[in-house]
Amino acid sequence: MINIENLSVVFERDGQRNTVLQNLNLVIPDGEFLAIVGPSGVGKSTLLRVLAGLAKPGTGSAHLPAPAPGRQSVALVFQDARLLPWRRVIANVAFGLERLGLKRADRLAKAQAMLDLVGLGDLATRWPHQLSGGQRQRVALARALAVEPDILLMDEPFSALDAVSREGLQDELVRIWQTTGKTILFVTHDIAEAAHVASRIIMLGGTPGRVVAERLAGEPHPRLRQGPDSAELTAKLRADFWTEDFSI
Amino acid sequence: MQWRRSLAAGFGLLVFFAFWEALPRLGWVNPILMPAPSALPSAFLKEWRSGIWLESVEMSLSHYVVGLGVGIVLGVALGILVGMSNTAEALTGWVVRLLRPIPGLAWVPFAIIWFGVNTEAAVFIIAIGVFWIVFFAANGAVRAVDRDLIEVAQAFGFTSPWSRLTKIVFPASLPGILVGVRTSLGQAWMAVVASEIFGVPGVGQRMMQASSLLSTDLVVVYMLTMAALYGLFDTGFMATQHWLLRWKP
Repeated sequence: MINIENLSVVFERDGQRNTVLQNLNLVIPDGEFLAIVGPSGVGKSTLLRVLAGLAKPGTGSAHLPAPAPGRQSVALVFQDARLLPWRRVIANVAFGLERLGLKRADRLAKAQAMLDLVGLGDLATRWPHQLSGGQRQRVALARALAVEPDILLMDEPFSALDAVSREGLQDELVRIWQTTGKTILFVTHDIAEAAHVASRIIMLGGTPGRVVAERLAGEPHPRLRQGPDSAELTAKLRADFWTEDFSI
Repeated sequence: MQWRRSLAAGFGLLVFFAFWEALPRLGWVNPILMPAPSALPSAFLKEWRSGIWLESVEMSLSHYVVGLGVGIVLGVALGILVGMSNTAEALTGWVVRLLRPIPGLAWVPFAIIWFGVNTEAAVFIIAIGVFWIVFFAANGAVRAVDRDLIEVAQAFGFTSPWSRLTKIVFPASLPGILVGVRTSLGQAWMAVVASEIFGVPGVGQRMMQASSLLSTDLVVVYMLTMAALYGLFDTGFMATQHWLLRWKP
């Protein structure tokens, strides 16, 4: 379970204090697929960066489960794949394992298994520049899954991809979520995407950002793309967004 | 088209040698001032049989390799350190500005006073020139490393400076470092010859001896020897670089 209590994040730049998130309270039960939507600059990415340890909370706290030995409690997938270009695909996937005290053979075996999981088992010895954008993002997903995190943080992971790759990866992510039971925090600005993949959706809005709406997606997976349930949920979320007064 | 280019290049070289051969043959230039290419093989064979050629080349190569090695290791190490640490950069800023403009050869007096006219002095002179080139290449390459990739390392728990260096900074800056190393290959040859002209045994010293005896054919043999050795190293380096950076598109 992730427990976020009164979390505020303040950035200071050129002597100006800029509050990005204010008094955020959020409880995320184990195994939930939570989508976080909202306009740019509202602090969605900042929230993930705090949880990933890349940014410090100003006040308040974010409690994460402690990592089990040989594992990492959270892993982050960035918007751009950020593969290390000097490593072959399999060595990119094994990257996080190098800190966790596994033998080389075990690291490679695990990395190969993760590549198989994301459907790129045959491309293990390629260099990153030889892959398409969608393939690169799959490798990034495999790299995050390899450290066996309880929580997967994804920061607009599919937004830079073409529509076909994006839809393929959305369905694949849902399948992986169902088979591994991981908690996923999925940041996106695409409301329809959130409605298609998540089990719960929260909307951040305002400056500084706070939770302005919350919806449960009841429909079981696999969901129809633009089926009646997804369409209804998307419409409701859009309505939430446009009726909210952000002028504060 | 490739073979036509090679053919043209070969033809150009042929014309060059023919012209060179013609100059002394036709009596336009005194052969003592400019020996013809046809006089070179016998000069080389004589030098080879006496064993002096091989000995001189071995001496020069040992100066070259050791000087390069010392300069590259120190240049890369300090360049990376100063690139990664703001404290190190602040501390060294003015020292670098003071020492950098001093040409490597301006250190010759101290090289001789400290070490004498010997291998150590040659290595010292060569290493200084190499050091600055590689230092700035490494420093610039480290500063240009993509912050996003460093963040990836952080997100996977590699938070110590050492792991940041080995996992991200060094491999990411290697292309830039190698550019500096390649420049230093040529620079180091100049320093080898210069330090040997000051008397350290090697091809440069042998060339000066030949020149004082007006054995200009031997001088040319050693000039071509230097060109060949440099070409050999540069080709070998390019192949190694190509392999090291095979991950680049």
